[in-house]
Amino acid sequence: MAGILAQNLPDAALQFLYLVAGVLFIQGLRDMTHPRTATRGNQISAGGMFLAVIVTALWFDILSPLVLAAALLIGGGVGVWLAVTVETTEMPQLVGLFNGFGGGASALVAGAELVDTFNGATAVTTLPVSLTATAAIAGIIGSVTFWGSLVAAGKLQGIVGGSPVSTNVGHVIKVLFLGAAVIAGLVLVIQPEMVGNSPIAPWIPSYWVLVGAASILGIFLVFPIGGADMPVVIALLNSYSGLAAATTGFVLGNTALIVAGTLVGASGLILTVIMCESMNRSLTNVLFGGLGTDDGESKDMEGIYEGQIQETSPEEVVMLLETADRAVVVPGYGMAVAQAQHAVAELIELLDEHGVDVEFGIHPVAGRMPGHMNALLAEADVPYDKMRELEEVNPTFSQTDVAIVCGANDVVNPRANEEDGSPISGMPVLNVAEANTVIVNKRSLSPGFSGIPNPLFARDNTSMLFGDAKESMQELVNDYKEATD
Amino acid sequence: MATELSAFITNLTLFVLAAFVGYEIITKIPTNLHTPLMSGANAISGITLLGSVVVAGSGSTTLATVLGFLAVVMATINVVGGYLVSHFMLNQFRGGGN
Repeated sequence: MAGILAQNLPDAALQFLYLVAGVLFIQGLRDMTHPRTATRGNQISAGGMFLAVIVTALWFDILSPLVLAAALLIGGGVGVWLAVTVETTEMPQLVGLFNGFGGGASALVAGAELVDTFNGATAVTTLPVSLTATAAIAGIIGSVTFWGSLVAAGKLQGIVGGSPVSTNVGHVIKVLFLGAAVIAGLVLVIQPEMVGNSPIAPWIPSYWVLVGAASILGIFLVFPIGGADMPVVIALLNSYSGLAAATTGFVLGNTALIVAGTLVGASGLILTVIMCESMNRSLTNVLFGGLGTDDGESKDMEGIYEGQIQETSPEEVVMLLETADRAVVVPGYGMAVAQAQHAVAELIELLDEHGVDVEFGIHPVAGRMPGHMNALLAEADVPYDKMRELEEVNPTFSQTDVAIVCGANDVVNPRANEEDGSPISGMPVLNVAEANTVIVNKRSLSPGFSGIPNPLFARDNTSMLFGDAKESMQELVNDYKEATD
Repeated sequence: MATELSAFITNLTLFVLAAFVGYEIITKIPTNLHTPLMSGANAISGITLLGSVVVAGSGSTTLATVLGFLAVVMATINVVGGYLVSHFMLNQFRGGGN
């Protein structure tokens, strides 16, 4: 018995349609290389997915179409509901959550395929290594992705503590459970004679042991990682969910899964590497190290703020902006938390209207996911050609009259340029201090994620505009309007 | 065994070639679009839905059907939610020269 399509078409047709889907995925990603074509790219990619799912559903013998339809409806409904109701600030955790579901599904599919294959086999047959080995890999990656993503999403949502913890006990636990998962995987592959002549195939329970161990591993992997490192973690888990899908493709011998999963794996990995390079840290350091401990020099710097901090007011900032020819705004996570992007966008539009050359300088790891600031500013209708990357904007600070730092800290810390062994030493930063005047909008002088003081705040050309980012930016907008009317 | 191995090698070929294609394309995507890229790629990883559909539909045992059912639900959330979120996000990017 086969599905409607399989009865009327040769086997090769399925493979061909999967090829078409694969081409659509690749073309969709290619269109993502430019904002003008990106929406179309996403639709093409979705079209590829629709084709692949419909063809698959009609091709294979579906014993219970009702079960399948119910599952599709429930999943689709939940997906639409989550996507429609999400707040922009909650986007990172939602992306993380979706990601986890993909990984979890891969682990379940591999398990179900094992159960199914064993059920069809006679007691003496051993399952082929190509099935058990890939199922073991899909199970481990999928489970780590599912639980890791849940913890990451929980951290971003603030349900799970966001501060980094690095303990030796934690490392031991990770090694133990990784070991347990690998051993369970080996048992699955080797399929030894069961002690005690058990009628149940030994490899089925060992798969669930593997899933259990990998789940605990996933939780302990992400739990100690601090909130500011979440862009890296989310990108890496994204890569994992792709790899889980690709290995599931090996389990089922499904080419569409292999191609699409691999594309995602590559995408996530590239983003991960970009994020790590932007922090001048290795992936190992992000995942296992926590932040390097300061060598004590910060103690000497405790007093750096004393008598050096100049406070300013919105009126004064507006006076500066009125005479400025060029201004650069550097947004940080503080802007996202305060939801200040609309106020910032309004300010930029006003400045632009009055002939000020104004741009955003965006650090690659600002925020909680890759490209977070860009997405927020796009939501606030900022044209994307106003958003400049670090390499583009850094050479222009010396010709900039006013640099406004909005809720950013470590990414503008000049200490990163000094080889003094501080936690952020060597990290590429935005050299805002080269601008004529720097305005730092923050709620207080408290340190950023790195936990070290920022000498920028104490510089002669820096003034602090204390307050909530949204309120402060809104005041700037109102005062600027009054002054220019 | 020989056919199994050659099938595995065919799959491996696909895997390696797709990895290169992915690398070439994705390194060209600007930072601006990294969030929608991630959420779009994320939706693609829901391709595992195909596997879930096969397993849930053809599940000969109750256990396999239950597992498949859960897998279909999770993968569909991933696919539908992922594409929609990317779509909403991409619609907000303007100034593309049109």
